[in-house]
Amino acid sequence: MIAEPWQKAEIPGPTKSFIIQKPEVAAALIKKAKHPLLIVGHEVVEKLNSEIKLVDYIVRIAKAGKIPVIASGKAFTEIKNFIPVSLMSIVEVGSRLIDPKWNGIDGLGPHDLALFIGIPYYVEWLLLSGIKHFSNVTTISLNRFYQPHASWSFPNLSLKEWIKNLEILIKTLEGG
Amino acid sequence: MSKKTLKLKIGELKTSLGEIKDFEISIGRILEETWEEEVGPTPFPSISDLRNWDLKLLERYKPFYMPFCDVCCLCTMGKCDLTKDKRGACGLTMPAQQSRIVLLACCIGAATHTAHARHLVEHLIEKYGKKWVIDVGGVNIEVEAPIIRLVCGIKPKTLGDLEEVLDYVEKEIVQLLSATHTGQEGSFIDFESKIFHAGMLDHVALEVADIAQISAYGFPKADPEAPLVEIGFGVVDKSKPTILVIGHNVPSAISIVDYLEDIGLRDKVEVCGICCTAHDLSRYDPKAKIVGPISWQLRFIRSGIPDVIVVDEQCIRADALIEAQKIKAPLIATSEKNCLGLLDRTGDQPSEVIKDLVDGKIPGALILDHDKVGEIAVKTALLIAPKRIKFKSIPDIQSVIEGAKKCRKCFECSRACPNNLPIPEAMEEATKGVFKKLSDLLDLCIGCGRCESACPINIPIHSFMEVAAEKKLKEEKFKIRAGRGAIQDVEIRQVGSPIVLGEIPGVIAFVGCANYAKSGKEVVEMADEFAKRNYIIVSSGCAAMSMAMYKNGEGKTIYEMYPGVFDAGGVSNVGSCVSNSHIAGAAIKIASIFAKRKLRGNYEEIADYILNRVGAVGVGWGAMSQKAASIASGFWRLGIPVVVGPHGFKYRRMLLGRKENMEDWYVYDARSGEKIYVGPAPEHLFYSAETKEEAMVMIPKLCMRPNDTTKGRAIKLTNYIDLHKRIYGTLPNDLHMFIRTVADIPITMKDEVLEFLKEKEWKENIIPDPTLLPRLIRKRRE
Ligand code: SF4
Ligand code: SF4
Ligand code: SF4
Repeated sequence: MIAEPWQKAEIPGPTKSFIIQKPEVAAALIKKAKHPLLIVGHEVVEKLNSEIKLVDYIVRIAKAGKIPVIASGKAFTEIKNFIPVSLMSIVEVGSRLIDPKWNGIDGLGPHDLALFIGIPYYVEWLLLSGIKHFSNVTTISLNRFYQPHASWSFPNLSLKEWIKNLEILIKTLEGG
Repeated sequence: MSKKTLKLKIGELKTSLGEIKDFEISIGRILEETWEEEVGPTPFPSISDLRNWDLKLLERYKPFYMPFCDVCCLCTMGKCDLTKDKRGACGLTMPAQQSRIVLLACCIGAATHTAHARHLVEHLIEKYGKKWVIDVGGVNIEVEAPIIRLVCGIKPKTLGDLEEVLDYVEKEIVQLLSATHTGQEGSFIDFESKIFHAGMLDHVALEVADIAQISAYGFPKADPEAPLVEIGFGVVDKSKPTILVIGHNVPSAISIVDYLEDIGLRDKVEVCGICCTAHDLSRYDPKAKIVGPISWQLRFIRSGIPDVIVVDEQCIRADALIEAQKIKAPLIATSEKNCLGLLDRTGDQPSEVIKDLVDGKIPGALILDHDKVGEIAVKTALLIAPKRIKFKSIPDIQSVIEGAKKCRKCFECSRACPNNLPIPEAMEEATKGVFKKLSDLLDLCIGCGRCESACPINIPIHSFMEVAAEKKLKEEKFKIRAGRGAIQDVEIRQVGSPIVLGEIPGVIAFVGCANYAKSGKEVVEMADEFAKRNYIIVSSGCAAMSMAMYKNGEGKTIYEMYPGVFDAGGVSNVGSCVSNSHIAGAAIKIASIFAKRKLRGNYEEIADYILNRVGAVGVGWGAMSQKAASIASGFWRLGIPVVVGPHGFKYRRMLLGRKENMEDWYVYDARSGEKIYVGPAPEHLFYSAETKEEAMVMIPKLCMRPNDTTKGRAIKLTNYIDLHKRIYGTLPNDLHMFIRTVADIPITMKDEVLEFLKEKEWKENIIPDPTLLPRLIRKRRE
């Protein structure tokens, strides 16, 4: 699919995200980051496809990339069964990410890279825009649909392609 | 009128009594001669008079901006790219541009309510005279206009007095709007202060509108037992000629039922309404039926049930005339603010207009005389109903199946839908004659029609959903308590102490539009949960309607399950959007009636009192319009936090506290002047929740206030912890920030909480007499 906003009327302006053509690129960005953060919204639980358990992918990404995880709502309840995860709402994370003095979710200093998944499209749209304008944090949207306010985003993908991309991302991360 | 001119006039009043009487009469102004309370520091405040208070709030609750896009396109030097630190051709930065947009939205909202109030007051003065006495609750209400008293420093007694108040509000809105012009305000923090000002003015206008209409039309006067009235798609008796009113300003709708009464046909014609006009009509005439909130417009018009549609102002679909034509129902526009391109037929003989409407010569007419609207709407409905035989614009089942087969699965509809609803899947199912998915979608649909505009082959998607859900819609019959209006002084006296001390865990107001990410059911689920937990629940506007549209296992709606009192476990509907003033008014009255704080022109002190002591939270779960934005900002300036649903992110600015920054959470102890850490209470001022569950944990947390007694805090914490555990399965990890002394800990959770506190190295603190205003510190008694 093509890289245009999933919601038709959402026109971003002059600064648009780079498109993740190959998930290896995202993996390289994660590896290069000093202090990445994975932010997970409630849709990873609500929009579960009967065969695909998205939470498993979150857990694998977090483990493979050694990334601390923040989750909101039901995503927290689910993920905490598998890995350590912090509970914080999306909007609260956003307001902290733009503060260079924020010491990070684990108290280990500011985050330089933030990954997003499972957040409603229009919510993520605005959140990414806030971070883009008011911070130097690099953002990667791991959602299925193109998010131009991110630094990096997948184009609009079919479910199959999306899962394939996530698999490659995990494998590359696991590969060291 | 500015503060200065008011003072001057009072000066004149004192110099020579005789002259002043003449003066008063000649220009029709009210001057205060009977209110003994001394005037506080800020009667009729100008933009900057409360700026210091605003800056205090903004220091703690920092704006977090989330621009929709990177550019500003308001002037011809642009579009300007404001990405990151770039400045526009005028020198403006992105934070200022975003706050400017919020200010614009709030000015639009405040102007809309003010124009509504101005129209109502002028209309009612014409009908009942300037001297008509304001009476919102007889002997039960002494403080008839808490917001006006607080902001303007006057005590309005008659309809005529309200004109004075509107003069002030209108002047201030013009000042605010002018600040948004290119090359005016450049600081985002000052735009924010102006946003608060717009919200405060908005609340004044709301109060003017509602106290005027309650007084003149005899709506329920602060009545917790206001009648239960009918609401829902299925409550309308289709066998009768049906007039549908849509909007927010009720005079035309009232003239319709008055005319029907006059000619003895009230029981022969159905008069039903959508949105706030419906609320207000049912306050006037309990026989009037409420169809539903704003999002019911398309589905109800397309059903073909209305024979005549009468629109007034606000929240009316811009394509109402087009939709009306599809069902061959004439439309009567009644407001200068919403003429819909129709010919002004006000001056013509009603009989001529009626004939043209009934013959279909004209699709509708603009009638700017409410009495004429009554006659024309009724006579047209009576004549046209037999001709129309309920002409529907929704297709039959076979056409839906055939139409669904044409669907290309292009996803254009889903991509246009605000809630990304899976329409193509439902179409697929419908090709087999199965309609469950399509019907279920209607529950989640906000009735915007964007899917239809987007469909490249013009499938009437919304109509398809309506056909699929037709049976369910017909069974939609519910009861809602008609808008009760103000809260009685005696109710305030009774709950004042338990609210301020924290023993009633909070007042939660469900207000706003129907822009829900999921269905309106979430609103009633939240209201029910908190009513059970002994919170005071109040509602208004479309949210009050959504709350009525679900039944419990025994077939009762929330208004039948709980009493309509302003007390623990009560669920009341104050009325339409303008009745929101009674919610802010109740908070103000707690400070003035219960705590005996001076009200008159004393905004800052009262807001400080509310912020630190009154555990109230507004919830705009489907907040959508500019009016909702200005209503929210009026609550912010008063120190009342507002939670909105996920679409609320699109207001593109939140006001968020940072609980971990200890320095943000100090107050003065009014007893000693000492600065005391009180924890993040309330943590945020404007917060957008991603899900209902998230909101349900945040709401009880935002009800905490520094002044809570240990018993009250323990009750509030019980609710917070209990909901947190139920939803997230853990203790809240910020719990230590809300426990001041061991006595705060809920007894039933003591061991578990103590263990947690140990881990956090928690230390005991004192509970101050909290204020943010140094001037309220009493001298230390040595
Ligand atoms: S009318 Fe309903 S289904 Fe269509 S776009 Fe609007 S919300 Fe979505
Ligand atoms: S996008 Fe919003 S403001 Fe624009 S036309 Fe639609 S409803 Fe109105
Ligand atoms: S836009 Fe029309 S054709 Fe395309 S998927 Fe939706 S209903 Fe089908």
